[in-house]
Amino acid sequence: MSAIAVDLKVKQGFRFYESTIGKKVVMAVTGFILFGFVVGHLIGNLQVFGPPEKINNYAVMLRTVPAALWAARIVLLLSVVLHIVASIQLTKLKWDARPVKYQIKENVGSTYASRTMMWSGPIIAAFVIYHLLHFTFGWRVLSPHFDQHNVYNNIIYGFQFWPASLFYIVAMVLLGMHLYHGVWSMFQTLGVSHPRYTPWLRRLALAFALFVAGGNILIPAAVLTGYLKPVMGV
Amino acid sequence: MNVTLHVWRQKQGAGKGRMVRYEARNVSEDMSFLEMLDVVNEELIEKGEEPIAFDHDCREGICGMCGFMINGVAHGPVPGTTVCELHMRHFKDGDDLYIEPWRARAFPVIKDLVVNRSAFDRIIAAGGYISVSTGSAPDGNAIPVPKEKAERAMDAAACIGCGACVAACPNAAAALFTGAKITHLAMLPQGAPERPQRALKMVLQMKEEMFGHCTNIGECEAVCPKQISIEVIARMNHDFIRASWSEREAPYRADQPAGEPSAGGCQ
Ligand code: HEM
Ligand code: FES
Repeated sequence: MSAIAVDLKVKQGFRFYESTIGKKVVMAVTGFILFGFVVGHLIGNLQVFGPPEKINNYAVMLRTVPAALWAARIVLLLSVVLHIVASIQLTKLKWDARPVKYQIKENVGSTYASRTMMWSGPIIAAFVIYHLLHFTFGWRVLSPHFDQHNVYNNIIYGFQFWPASLFYIVAMVLLGMHLYHGVWSMFQTLGVSHPRYTPWLRRLALAFALFVAGGNILIPAAVLTGYLKPVMGV
Repeated sequence: MNVTLHVWRQKQGAGKGRMVRYEARNVSEDMSFLEMLDVVNEELIEKGEEPIAFDHDCREGICGMCGFMINGVAHGPVPGTTVCELHMRHFKDGDDLYIEPWRARAFPVIKDLVVNRSAFDRIIAAGGYISVSTGSAPDGNAIPVPKEKAERAMDAAACIGCGACVAACPNAAAALFTGAKITHLAMLPQGAPERPQRALKMVLQMKEEMFGHCTNIGECEAVCPKQISIEVIARMNHDFIRASWSEREAPYRADQPAGEPSAGGCQ
């Protein structure tokens, strides 16, 4: 950064993102958007426990305003891209920051979830791609019974194939871990901390992590145990 | 008691080093860790070998000079304690102790366990100060400071700059150190005028020095000998974000040499 000759205005614009905190702010804001989506998505999908028409109508409703659907998709896609780009850049910095490793290093103050964000994150990304092919685009190889108008049956047929359910459950456990650290961490990144409510933010993160992981796992679990069955002629 | 030491030995100016094994015999449990090393060193000198180099000064936990890893924990196993205040009674007879220097690109090893922490000085030089006019001393109580603010400033000011936070952080981030310095000045009225510029300059200097980024995991506060809370990191983030939004001119200019982060090496 030695070149003072570089136009200061331009530099000022990029400087925020250039700092590690700027990148973390991008991660926190995009993480918050993705987190909001994940919670909304789960609440929508829990309707699978109601009558089949309920979730099928909900799926139709989501598509009634294509502009809104695409707006949401673009925001989400942008968030995912920024979240991943920032995480890769930060990880690169981290590798550069300690060229010689310790022979012995103990962890005394951190949770497992917080140290494995760069593991849970990419696995979640791989899962999201799989999940889109499986349920949104209905790729034949993954979803031989796919019927765009019968979301209820798609879910049930999809999860009756146990390896798909297993991957789904593993990914949700990792998502829970990602959120257990992430939902607390984003407040800290954005500068929100107070001895009175920071302990509650940690509990809030735990509650959301359990809700998201548990709620999502309930669906394949209900299919695998036979509680949810496909319906004919909906 | 007897303990086996595995110590990182690195010649001055050498890029590489290695772990060397030493037996420390008849160690009194009332010795501090550094006194134990002093005894080992005397034996080494008697044998005509090079003593183990380690940093120290006050030996009472206030100067921030000492510090290395003991079995993977910065300043060893007792929380809130520097190695100079760590006593051998916290170890058992027959223990194997692995002793390594702080590891970070920003803290190059000078020799054995001694690392160069000038990067911290440059972060301070970038903005960790207040500008005061010279002249007669102002009246002590002219500027009111609320008790609670004074306490928070003091808690942050307890930082002795030892570098354990960087050493313990998996990302080798300097967030706890820089956050402590920013919080210390931000809580006081004297620090208010330069608060936004300070956050901008010090945070950018951290990156310049090749420290990593903070992932809010809390390894630093767990080893901090002064038990500074990561709340100071949130304070730094807050000040930096706010200053980035609200600033109206470039925080450093060519005619402001003291705050020019690229000066790297100015003290
Ligand atoms: C549903 C998807 C996801 C959600 C809801 C989510 C949410 C979050 C949140 C809230 C944070 C905390 C940000 C902060 O510390 O300020 C975070 C951090 C992180 N995320 Fe994600 N994330 C998701 C997907 C991913 C993916 C696909 C990756 C893959 C690269 C990833 C990698 C990371 C990493 C490495 C961090 C830690 C960043 C750091 O502290 O340096 N995340 N995530
Ligand atoms: S020697 Fe001064 S703090 Fe340890």
